[in-house]
Amino acid sequence: MVNDALRSDASAIPAARKAAGFRLSNRQREWIAGYLFVAPDALGLLIFVGAPMLLSLSLGFFSVSGFGAYSFVGLANYRRMLADPLFWQSLRVTVLYIVMLVPALYASGLGLALLIQADTRFNGFVRTLLFMPQTVSLVVVALVWQVLLIDKIGVLNRFTSAVGLGSVSWLGDPHFALIAVVVVSIWFLMGFYMLIFLGGLQDIPKEYYEAAKIDGAGPVASFYLITLPLLRPTSFFVLLVSTVTAVCGSQTFDLVYVMTRGGPANTTSLAIFYVYQQAFLFNEYGYAAAMASVLVVVLMLITVLLFMLTRGGRFTYE
Amino acid sequence: MNDGARATLQLELATLRPTRLALHLVGLLLAFTAVAPLFWMVSMSFKGANDIFGVNLVPDHPTLGNFLYVFTQVDFFRYLWNTFFVAASVTIVALFFHSMAGYALARLRFPGRDAIFLAMFATFLISQPVIIVPLFILARALHMLDSYAGLIVPSIFNAFGIFLLRQFYLAVPRELEEAAVIDGAGYFRVYWSIILPLSRPILSALAILFFLANWNSFLWPLTITSDQKLWMVQVAIASFRQQYNASWNYIMAASTVVALPTVVMFVIFQKRIIESIKTSGIK
Repeated sequence: MVNDALRSDASAIPAARKAAGFRLSNRQREWIAGYLFVAPDALGLLIFVGAPMLLSLSLGFFSVSGFGAYSFVGLANYRRMLADPLFWQSLRVTVLYIVMLVPALYASGLGLALLIQADTRFNGFVRTLLFMPQTVSLVVVALVWQVLLIDKIGVLNRFTSAVGLGSVSWLGDPHFALIAVVVVSIWFLMGFYMLIFLGGLQDIPKEYYEAAKIDGAGPVASFYLITLPLLRPTSFFVLLVSTVTAVCGSQTFDLVYVMTRGGPANTTSLAIFYVYQQAFLFNEYGYAAAMASVLVVVLMLITVLLFMLTRGGRFTYE
Repeated sequence: MNDGARATLQLELATLRPTRLALHLVGLLLAFTAVAPLFWMVSMSFKGANDIFGVNLVPDHPTLGNFLYVFTQVDFFRYLWNTFFVAASVTIVALFFHSMAGYALARLRFPGRDAIFLAMFATFLISQPVIIVPLFILARALHMLDSYAGLIVPSIFNAFGIFLLRQFYLAVPRELEEAAVIDGAGYFRVYWSIILPLSRPILSALAILFFLANWNSFLWPLTITSDQKLWMVQVAIASFRQQYNASWNYIMAASTVVALPTVVMFVIFQKRIIESIKTSGIK
């Protein structure tokens, strides 16, 4: 498949040249080469990302049967959504999840990065271990934590009862299940944000800290006066990416699907999981697409909001 | 440096040492807390059904029985092979496509280039879970359900890889390709024999990231495969969980086998992975 794509590209350029009887100017040759090089990815993204995006906005106005028959139902799916208590519940859970996860990832990522920012062998070792959870699949993560958190006999409960804190049904108690999902998410994701912050910290010139020290600023003062302001672009990136991850990162589905199935009492039914449930367990594709279209819009709003909150955030790509 | 200054410096170092030691200890403690669940997973995979919930990390009677069971009772080799095949195919094709697109977007001049780049970038924040329903309907219309093509093709395209490669090519000195163009080499020759070899470091970093992501992917394979012969490992172990409800020793053995390749890969290539992630943050 790879070879085919390459061969057709390779032969297309001389072929095009020959067809025009070598009358193509250098500029035209560059145009043709540019389009041919971009074409595979441009078409692929258009078909497998762009089209589904547009489709999700329109699919919500249809009722889709399990066999793929469509009928136009107007706003019915959206009206149903407003009256569906489980939809509101999933939004509530999603907001709670964002509110807990995003600040926790920011704090743990920055804290860990500050702790190990010096470029020593020891810190390199610590960094490797802290990042390691990221390399394990979320399904494995979910399974392992499920065993560790099992009622009474799970390792965590053995430890908590040993120190007299008693045993908690982490994944079975509606008060704790979402917190457990958040904690596992933090454990899985923090290494990534630590690395992003490390990259940001590296870019702050050391002279600033030396100058501050001469002026008598302690570590706390130089953190607030130098580190935080100069980290603003990194902070913006981290907040943006972690918020998007909290709404629709793969952990929102994988962890919930394996660990809790949205339970107990729908307390871990994140929006992404609820959409999946409606589509693939109840065959309500149209309804699911209607809900997903709301997610797409919410995502865009979050991006705009964060962009304004950070006063532009110097979010440049050049 | 005069003696007074040296003395204060020494004093400073002496008072710093306990704090530094404390920070080292905190770091070490956090690092081991981070990997502890993985140690438990490996530990439980060597334990028998009876003592799996013992708090001892080193099993009293270590056994390979769980692994034997996993490989003999279910077609685990097949799931591993499927996963390897899909992840490797996606990685190879994606690297070719993204490097071609990245090169053209960074270096070639053609009408609409910036518009194409912006349109590609607009898909940057849209992840698979958000479009899973329409993507499934599209795959069904294209007869891609329960097929390797369905597992592979939609996973190839992502803006992240194109973006990173374009950034990389923008920084490559132009003289290198201009010399080749003057020698009469076509653009494909330039791409193949100059650009590709130059980008070996970033391509290998991306190759690792893509392979890991596809080895670990769950939602898409779960959604479009119902035929067990096409299962990828993540789907297989998730359904184990339902099949062997309380047999955590089997489930942990399977999980260890699934996690091992990615963890080993990370340990081998960690420098490259860590550097590429550190610089992917937007500054």
